[in-house]
Amino acid sequence: MSLLASVVDLLIPGSGSGKAILAAVLLGAGCGLLGCFVVLRRVALMGDAVSHAVLPGVVAGLIYSSERSPGVIFLFAALAGLLGAGLVRLMMVSTRLKSDAALGIVLATFFAFGIMWQSRNQQDTVGVMNFLFGNIGSIDASDLRMMLMTTLMLVVTMFFLRRPLLMMSFDEGFSRGLGYPVRVLNGVFYFLLTFSVVVALQAVGVVLVSAMLITPAAAAYLLTDRFERMMLLSVLFGVASGITGGLVSAEVNGLPTGPVIALCATALFGIIYLLAPRHGVLSKVMRTIRRRMRVRRENMLKAIYQIHEGEGFAHEEVSVLMLARKRGQTEENVIKDCKALLNRGFIEMAEDGVSLHLSRLGWKRAMEIVRNHRLWELYLTNEADYAEDHVHEDAEKIEHILEPGIVRLLEQHLNFPELDPHGKPIPQPSHLVAQPPVSI
Amino acid sequence: MRLLEYITLPWDVLGVGALWLVLMAFFVALPCSQMGSFLILRRMALTGDAISHSVFPGVVIAFYITGDLASPWLIVGAGLAGLFSTVLIELIHKWTRVKQDAATGISFTALFALGVVLMEMLLGRNVDLDLECVLHGRLGLLLEEDRSLFLGLQVPTPVIVMAGVAAFTMVLLGLFCRVMTLSSFDTDLAASYGYRPAVIHYSMMFVVSFVVVAAFQAVGAILVIALLILPGAAAYLCTYRLKPMLILAALHALISAFGGLYLHVWFNSNMAASVVVCGGVLFLLAWLLGPVDGVLWKWLKDEHSELEEISDEVVND
Repeated sequence: MSLLASVVDLLIPGSGSGKAILAAVLLGAGCGLLGCFVVLRRVALMGDAVSHAVLPGVVAGLIYSSERSPGVIFLFAALAGLLGAGLVRLMMVSTRLKSDAALGIVLATFFAFGIMWQSRNQQDTVGVMNFLFGNIGSIDASDLRMMLMTTLMLVVTMFFLRRPLLMMSFDEGFSRGLGYPVRVLNGVFYFLLTFSVVVALQAVGVVLVSAMLITPAAAAYLLTDRFERMMLLSVLFGVASGITGGLVSAEVNGLPTGPVIALCATALFGIIYLLAPRHGVLSKVMRTIRRRMRVRRENMLKAIYQIHEGEGFAHEEVSVLMLARKRGQTEENVIKDCKALLNRGFIEMAEDGVSLHLSRLGWKRAMEIVRNHRLWELYLTNEADYAEDHVHEDAEKIEHILEPGIVRLLEQHLNFPELDPHGKPIPQPSHLVAQPPVSI
Repeated sequence: MRLLEYITLPWDVLGVGALWLVLMAFFVALPCSQMGSFLILRRMALTGDAISHSVFPGVVIAFYITGDLASPWLIVGAGLAGLFSTVLIELIHKWTRVKQDAATGISFTALFALGVVLMEMLLGRNVDLDLECVLHGRLGLLLEEDRSLFLGLQVPTPVIVMAGVAAFTMVLLGLFCRVMTLSSFDTDLAASYGYRPAVIHYSMMFVVSFVVVAAFQAVGAILVIALLILPGAAAYLCTYRLKPMLILAALHALISAFGGLYLHVWFNSNMAASVVVCGGVLFLLAWLLGPVDGVLWKWLKDEHSELEEISDEVVND
C-alpha cells in the first residue's frame, strides 16, 4: 500500500495549475466513465440523489477529522452516499412510493441534514462551500493522492466488470438469464457511482456533480454507437470541460468552479447536439428536408406519368398548365419543381418553355413510383383485406420508401399482377427498353 | 422540570418571534405540501426538483433588474425560466435519442449553474441574494426583516406576504380540486369530460413554479424540494384516500414547522434545514408506523401469518 502511495505521489505535479489540471482529468475520468452507464441505464436522477446525499458525510468528515484529512472526508462522504442509495432502494421495495418520490425524499432530507449539521458547527466547517459549489484551486496534494487512488480503483473495477455492467444496462433480465449476479452487480454499480461522485466533489461541488455525470456522457452518446468509444469521448468531454471551467473560474474572482464547469459541459453538449453527424439536430433536419424534396420530385414525376396515361400515351409532351391543374399548384410553383427535376436529369424542357417531356431516367423513376403505389394497393386489398377505397392514402406514403428487394417480393407474392385494384395497369419499368410506352 | 425547560425554551428565547417563525415556516410549507401531494400522485416528484433548480436564473435576472426580493417580477422571471427549461427538455429528448431523465438532468443543472454564475457576475457580494441564501434560505433572518402593522400587531412583512400566497394557493386548490383529482388518477377520463390534459398539466406546473418561487427565499433552492415531496409522501403512506392525504400533508407541514423551530433553538442550527429534517423524521415515522404502508405492521403480519401457517400444519397433522 505504501509502495502504491509513493508511486501515486510521483504523478502529482508541484505547480498549482498542474494540480488543477490533474484534478480535472481525474474528475473527467471518474464521472465520464460512470456517466455512460448512468445515461444508458436511465438513472440520471439517481446520480443527482446520490450526489446530494453525500453532503452530511462531507460535513461529518470536516468536523471529525482534526486536520481535515481527505481520507476521512472521502470515507464519510462515500458512506453517506451509499446509505442514501440503499434507502432509495429500500423505500421502493417496501412502500407504494415510486422511484421519483424515493429519490426526491433521500436527496432533500440528506441535504437538509447536512446543511443543519453544518450550520450548527460553522467554525469547524469553514471550507464547506468548496464542497458545495466546487473550488478546483483548493485541491492540494493530499486531496489529489486520494482522488488518484479512488479513480484508479474505479477504472480497474470498471475494466474488469465492463461486460456484465454493460449487459445489465441494456437488459437486466437477460443478464440474469446468463447467470450474472445481477443484485451484486447493481450494488457494485451504486458503489462505483458514489465513489465517482466523491472524486468530483471538491472540483465541482455537491450541487452540480450530477451535471458531470450526465452531460458529457449524453454528448458522447450522440456521437457514437459503440460503447468503448462512448466511454472514451465521455471522459474526454469531462476532462475538457473540467480544465476549461477551472481556468475560467480562476480568472474571475470569487466565481465557484462547479457552475462554470457545468456550463462548459453544457456548451459542449449544445454544440454536439446541433452538429453531431448522425444524431445531431442539424443533420436530422437536413435529412428531413432532403426526404421531403425527394417525395415532392417523385410526386411530380408521378403526375406527369398519370397525365400521359390519361391521354393513352398519345402525346410526347406535357404542358406546365396541365401539370399545375393536376397537382393543384400555381404555375410558378410547378416551374420551380420542374427546375429540380431538370437538374436531376429526369425531364427535358421544350424550347417554348411551357411544356416538357420525361427523359429515359425520368420515365424509369416515374414508372417505378406508380408501380410501387399500385402494387401496394393490390397487396393491401388482396392480402390485408382493406377496402378498395381505403388503400390510396397508405400507398401514397409507402411508394417513396419501397426498396427493389421488397418490390420483387411483392410481385412474386402477388403472382406478377398486371392490374391494380382499380383496374389500372401496373407499369413495368424493366420493360422500358423493349417496349417504351411512347416512342421518344 | 428539565423537560419543561426544553419545551418552553424557544418561547423564552425568542418570545413572540417564535410564533412568527412557526407561522412563516407553516405558510411556506402548506402550499408546497398541497401541490406536492398532487406531484406525488402524478409521479412527478422530480419535476419539483427540476423546477426549483431551473427557475433560479430567472429569479436572479429579475432581482438584478428590480433590486427588490419581494417584487412580483421575480415570479414572472421564474415562470419564464421554468418554461424555458421545459422547452429545453423537450428539445433534447424529442430531437435526439437522449432519454427524458438525462434531458431533465442536463437542463436543470445547466440552468442552475447559469443562475449561480449570473448571480456572482451581476450581483457580486449582495447580501439579499447570495450562495448562502440559495442553500440556507432567509427563514432564519425573519426576525430582522422589516415589519408592518397588521391587526394592530408588528408582523414581519414576509409572514404577511407568505400568508397571502398560502391563502391564494388554498383557494385555487379548493376551486380546482375535483379537476386535479380526476386528471391525476385518470387523464383519459378527465380528457373525455373536456378537461384538456395539456392545459391542466401546464397550469399545475405554473402553480408549482409560483409556490416554489415564493418558498425559494425562505428555504433556498434545494430544500424547497423537501417541502414539496416529504409531506405528500408521508401522507401517502398513511392513507388510500385523497382528502385525508391532503389533510395529513397539511398536518405534516404544521408539525414540521413547530418541530423545526424546536430543532433550530435546541441545536442552534439553520431554521429552514431544521424544518426539513423534522419533516424527514416524520416521514421516517410514517414509513415505519404508517397505518397503510408501515413496514413494522407488514413485518408483524408476516410473522403472524408464518405462525398461522405453522399452527395450521400442526393441526392438519
